[in-house]
Amino acid sequence: MDGNEAAAHVAFRTNEVIAIYPITPASPMGEWADLWSVKSQKNIWGDIPKVVEMQSEGGAAGAVHGALQGGSLTTTFTASQGLLLMLPNMYKIAGELTPTVFHIAARSVATQALSIFGDHSDVMAARSTGWGMLFANSVQEAMDFALISQAATLQSRIPFLHVFDGFRTSHEIAKIEVIPDKVIQKMIDPELVKAHRNRGMNPNKPFIRGTAQNPDVFFQSRETVNPYYLATPEIVESVMKDFKKKTGRSYKLFDYTGANDAERVIVIMGSGADTVEETVQYLSKKGEKIGVVKVRLFRPFSMEHLIKALPKTVQTIAVLDRTKEPGGMGEPLYQDVVTALIEDQSSETPKFERIPRITGGRYGLSSKEFTPGMVKAIFDETAKDYPKNHFTIGINDDVTHTSLPFDPDFDIETRKTTKAVFWGLGSDGTVGANKNSIKIIGEETELNAQGYFVYDSKKSGAKTISHLRFGPDPVNRPYLIRNADFVGVHQFGFLQRYDTLALASKGATVLLNSPFDDKTVWKNLPNKVQKQILDKELKLYVIDAYKVAREANLGIRINTVMQTCFFAISNVLPKKQAIEKIKEYIEKTYSKRGKTIVEMNFRAVDMSLEHLHEVTIPKRATSNIKMSGALPAESPEFVQNVIAEIINGNGDNLPVSALPCDGTYPSNTTKWEKRDIAMEIPVWDPDICIQCGKCVMACPHAVIRSKVVPVELLAEAPDAFKFSKARFKELPDQQYTLQVSVDDCTGCSLCVEVCPAKDKTNLSRKALNMESKLPIQEQEEANWNFFVDLPSMKIKEHTEMEFNKTKETQLLDPYFEFSGACAGCGETPYLSLLTRLFGDRMVVANATGCSSIYGGNLPTTPWSTDSNGCGPAWNNSLFEDNAEFGLGMRLSIDKQTETAVNLLKQMRGKEIPESLAEHLISSDQSTEEEIKNQQHRVDELLKRLSHKPNSTARRLEEFADSLIKKSVWIIGGDGWAYDIGFGGLDHVLASGKNVNVLVMDTEVYSNTGGQASKATGLGAIAKFAAGGKPTPKKDLGRIAMNYGYVYVAQVAMGANENQLIKAFKEAESYEGPSLIIAYSHCIAHGIDMSKGLDQQKLANQSGHWPIYRYDPRLRLEGKNPLQLDSRAPKIPLKDYIYNEQRYKLLTQTHPRKARELLKEAQDWVDGHWKSLEEMAKEPVTETNEQE
Amino acid sequence: MDISTSYLGLELKSPLVPSASPLSQNLDNIRLMEDVGAGAVVMHSLFEEQINIASIEVDHYLSHGAESYGEALSYFPEMDSYEVGPETYLEHIAKAKSKVDMPVIASLNGISSGGWTKYAALMQQAGADAIELNMYYIPTDPDLSSAEVETMYLKTLRRVCEKVHIPVSVKLSPFFSSIPNIAKKMTGLGAKGLVMFNRFYQPDLDIELFEVTPNLTLSTSDELRLPLRWTAILYKRIQADIAITGGVHSATDVVKGLLAGANITMMAAELLKNGIHRIADIESDLRDWMEQNEYSSVSQMRGSMSQINTKEPAAFERANYMKVLRSIQQDPTGKLWW
Repeated sequence: MDGNEAAAHVAFRTNEVIAIYPITPASPMGEWADLWSVKSQKNIWGDIPKVVEMQSEGGAAGAVHGALQGGSLTTTFTASQGLLLMLPNMYKIAGELTPTVFHIAARSVATQALSIFGDHSDVMAARSTGWGMLFANSVQEAMDFALISQAATLQSRIPFLHVFDGFRTSHEIAKIEVIPDKVIQKMIDPELVKAHRNRGMNPNKPFIRGTAQNPDVFFQSRETVNPYYLATPEIVESVMKDFKKKTGRSYKLFDYTGANDAERVIVIMGSGADTVEETVQYLSKKGEKIGVVKVRLFRPFSMEHLIKALPKTVQTIAVLDRTKEPGGMGEPLYQDVVTALIEDQSSETPKFERIPRITGGRYGLSSKEFTPGMVKAIFDETAKDYPKNHFTIGINDDVTHTSLPFDPDFDIETRKTTKAVFWGLGSDGTVGANKNSIKIIGEETELNAQGYFVYDSKKSGAKTISHLRFGPDPVNRPYLIRNADFVGVHQFGFLQRYDTLALASKGATVLLNSPFDDKTVWKNLPNKVQKQILDKELKLYVIDAYKVAREANLGIRINTVMQTCFFAISNVLPKKQAIEKIKEYIEKTYSKRGKTIVEMNFRAVDMSLEHLHEVTIPKRATSNIKMSGALPAESPEFVQNVIAEIINGNGDNLPVSALPCDGTYPSNTTKWEKRDIAMEIPVWDPDICIQCGKCVMACPHAVIRSKVVPVELLAEAPDAFKFSKARFKELPDQQYTLQVSVDDCTGCSLCVEVCPAKDKTNLSRKALNMESKLPIQEQEEANWNFFVDLPSMKIKEHTEMEFNKTKETQLLDPYFEFSGACAGCGETPYLSLLTRLFGDRMVVANATGCSSIYGGNLPTTPWSTDSNGCGPAWNNSLFEDNAEFGLGMRLSIDKQTETAVNLLKQMRGKEIPESLAEHLISSDQSTEEEIKNQQHRVDELLKRLSHKPNSTARRLEEFADSLIKKSVWIIGGDGWAYDIGFGGLDHVLASGKNVNVLVMDTEVYSNTGGQASKATGLGAIAKFAAGGKPTPKKDLGRIAMNYGYVYVAQVAMGANENQLIKAFKEAESYEGPSLIIAYSHCIAHGIDMSKGLDQQKLANQSGHWPIYRYDPRLRLEGKNPLQLDSRAPKIPLKDYIYNEQRYKLLTQTHPRKARELLKEAQDWVDGHWKSLEEMAKEPVTETNEQE
Repeated sequence: MDISTSYLGLELKSPLVPSASPLSQNLDNIRLMEDVGAGAVVMHSLFEEQINIASIEVDHYLSHGAESYGEALSYFPEMDSYEVGPETYLEHIAKAKSKVDMPVIASLNGISSGGWTKYAALMQQAGADAIELNMYYIPTDPDLSSAEVETMYLKTLRRVCEKVHIPVSVKLSPFFSSIPNIAKKMTGLGAKGLVMFNRFYQPDLDIELFEVTPNLTLSTSDELRLPLRWTAILYKRIQADIAITGGVHSATDVVKGLLAGANITMMAAELLKNGIHRIADIESDLRDWMEQNEYSSVSQMRGSMSQINTKEPAAFERANYMKVLRSIQQDPTGKLWW
């Protein structure tokens, strides 16, 4: 199991109430808890814990606090920003001496950037809350310390954070000893549980807690808790001793390993401690006098126990912190160790004759690798007379020169361990297969097993690298494999794109999924790969796994095929036994999904062995095929020097000086990252095309573009470039062309599905048809290059067009292109369209979530610019504050405009002509043409100001641009808008300020893997709602309409594109708050993504998603502001929802409940439509008008 | 008055039997069928395609997008089991058997040479009293002869009959060149009954969307005449029981079916449209008819107007065609009357 499951295993068994909220990498703990409760699993008292999802971590902490005060044993799970949101309650919980454990998959706190990866910056922010902190270093310890902290909190009454490293431990799969329930039971003293319950609130013995205190007693009261904190280290120590008696596993508050006469010692906590320990053992055998103190109990910090753990002989101590406190004297653990040693030295009986030299260093931020080579470098440094203090390790700091050099090739792993690395795609099932292999080896043999998986930040065409270790010795090595005995390359194309064999050790075995057989594969390998095979004397095996998978009806899932081959040639297990076990585990894994799946996989196993062949390696490298990876020469310098390195997987090598110091990166960079992931691409047939533009609008990756140009511009077009007479009345005698950027296309085929134009003589053919990419790739690349240089239409210049319809908006360039969103994403088409309309003057506040990841996760961003260099200015603050963040942007712009206007007023009639000033101040910028005119006026103003010498002119120059209308967009998903950010959103809408809010509603927390939000539909299965969501979707639109002065629109591209365009334009033109709620189909719905827009249509037709516009301006015209753009539901709800796995699954897991909820949902939809209809018919009364 | 009958060697208290339809997906419906007088129930069909599709679908969507992106390693909670494919169907049979005393006939629908026929044995194991094998194949290959298609049917039937000891009936398509011949061959292979006839999901063309759409309209009494003819012709000519299905909506239809030679008459459209209680109404009307016409039992009625028992055997043959044509009159507007 992984660290999350290990911790949740104990937490579930030792608690009665569990409040949850998703956040990476802690979400799986909540998911396990919810799932177990739905499956009626019980805690050690025989009850099913009550699991409740809250609207935010702040909410979860509040609920936990309340449940604890109610006398129940209560827990939660979180990380990073989530923990920060819990801090206020944590002070209260500790102040009230309330026993509880929060389980933390420690993760970076967002600073210059968000990072989902692991370090201790979150828990270090909780140091002053008064909570105990116990650090687990491995998956086993995540389970053990979950129990130890639970037992200790009950005894000490000090609440505990049980901390383990995000991803490195939370997501590592390891073979561990599961603590039997009986042991858990014995570790939890029922009397202490009773005592906790008795302290709970009860009207039968009332009291008040949570008083307000004054200067007279607050201070003294604060000191009342001291005895509890003083007692806690001893309590934890005794619990650890008790735990050892019951399980045999021994822990101390500070665990020392190393030479008894060590002179140099590292003090560290978290998973990195195991790397140090292993390195210490290795170097000690070579005679080095070194050691490591693994800090378990960080709070309350026991100076006495630390001093006791250190050998008397120690002369130098290096303290490692996995966090950064800029501006501090050092990081927290370093400061504590320094304080402890100085205090000890000042005591009556100091341990050391002379206080050891102490240095502090930072390592491993955001899951940066921490390897034995780095540990050795630190020990080497401590051996110096004057070792560097406040150092960093693992990076190259060429700015302030904090970093220590290290040997990346220093390897201490023994030969007894088999190390295997697998390169795969997310979609090919590689990770799943490897997790299965670990299970087989871990559960069926005496061998130890470990697996860690490195994922991509792209959601389509995502690459995965799996690192697996198996061996008779412990394989708890929390760092990646660098010298693999086995390398699996599950995608042939990776050979050219990544240095896959760099990780192969000499004599290693390589398994390649290849469309070429053993006789022809060699000549198709890149030259570099051939050389690596020869130099490292690698053994090469090939199999056409896709062919085998296809024949076994497994489609593109090659997991079983590659897993079988791995076992067949890796010798981890005897081949026959391995095959038996693979089949046994296939049965275990897939039988619940039906026998068919089991049989298909069995077939794949048998066929794999027949198709696996060893390649006879020639003596020389003869290939002319080169590695790819270089970006086009015309890309900007920063892109070439920095972005390209990250794209090519070399980001670890970038020095500090290469990176921006404030998190600012250039826009417009996805266009340089040609990912080339589609197998099939849409091909245009101009003879069939009706030039409607639906494909352009629907394309989630904005790879399909159209232009209308004079024919003379096409004279130099490549031969294969296609165009036809434009069918636009405003653009007579011109040519229409539609082009696909084939290297950016994901092959989702949404465009083909949405294309309405069919060949009259063969209705199976449309104006767009999916075809194999390879044969036409080069030709289409040339076409694309020609196409992008053709002039684009500009909304401000082509005033002859209204751009109210898809047919017209298709001709505008998007300022959002080639994102790494899921193939067929339902959100991104909205963003492309939005930017087509307002992109050159947009300011975007983007809530954390899918859109902030495909929008802002390095290396590249899809937010782009036009030929003038203008485009959306984009920023992401947090998950919970996006509306406020965007409002701040509005206020800032408004303030700057106000200043500019004031300055203009000062200068009007003097330095600035009256008429120019008047126009600048009072121009109506409600149309793009007007905005263009204002731009010209500002240009004129700046020209005049440049001749004026006074300070007012200089100041007005600074503010002049703010006279041009900016469009503030607050963008995010339903998790933000309906749940965590709702309070802020509500306030911002209520403010009356001119902001535009776009909620891309996927009805689920998509980015964290599909947890239910309040937008989730009644009866849908989601994580945290594994038994089907029992309550209807929150009606956000209706809530906003209640204000009466908020523009509200509910839209669905698949239902009515022109209504969507109208809504965007109306919202933007409304001088007040606007809210647009956009139905966004999602991979988490369990649908065929190419049919996403069809589902949108069905959602609308069934009444689940009525589309409407509520425009407060209509009231001034005496009209009802609500305009229903939908007709009454015309299909039953089931015809929509049962096309989606999220609903259908409930019929397969809880059929009766599914029937009941379907009925309820249908009633709700009917009632909802009726009430909307009534609202739309309401006459506008005088009172209404006054509103 | 005895309205009991026998079918496939099973004793039925009534010749009124709900045929395979979505109604039998609900156990309460099955119990109600028995309560209002049904002689047996034919369960909704387990389709060959369904055996695989539900599993493949669940597997696909649970895997789709999973293990790709660090924040979302899956998109759905992984449950212990999913009611997909035949297992659910088999459990449903078992549950139905435990709820009612009347025979429960499982319905298996498929044609390919795949492994799906093994589910016949599992249906038997689940407690089914008989199996109705519903085969239909749409040949699109011009090189495939009708003899080859018939061989395909017979092979499948043989495979199913080999796997079970409970009786097997075959639900036939009316589109064989020689229905008596194929019926004979089928009974030769072990079919104990013939169900006439299958009604298909016929594709329709949507001329607005230019799409082919599946369509199934409910039957009307008019459709009874096709099975009626073949029942009358096959009665006593083949060694198998006969069930009429398609077009049975009233006691009149039931009476006709029995007189032609059917052991039982099956209905679905009538029950879907007007409710399961219609069984009781029809039984009451049947009894009234029998009383008025002085029939004391269904067995007495059975086949009394079959081809071999009728005064006018040619009425069921081509000669009858001429008779019908002659009766057609055309009015001045061109409209046909007969």
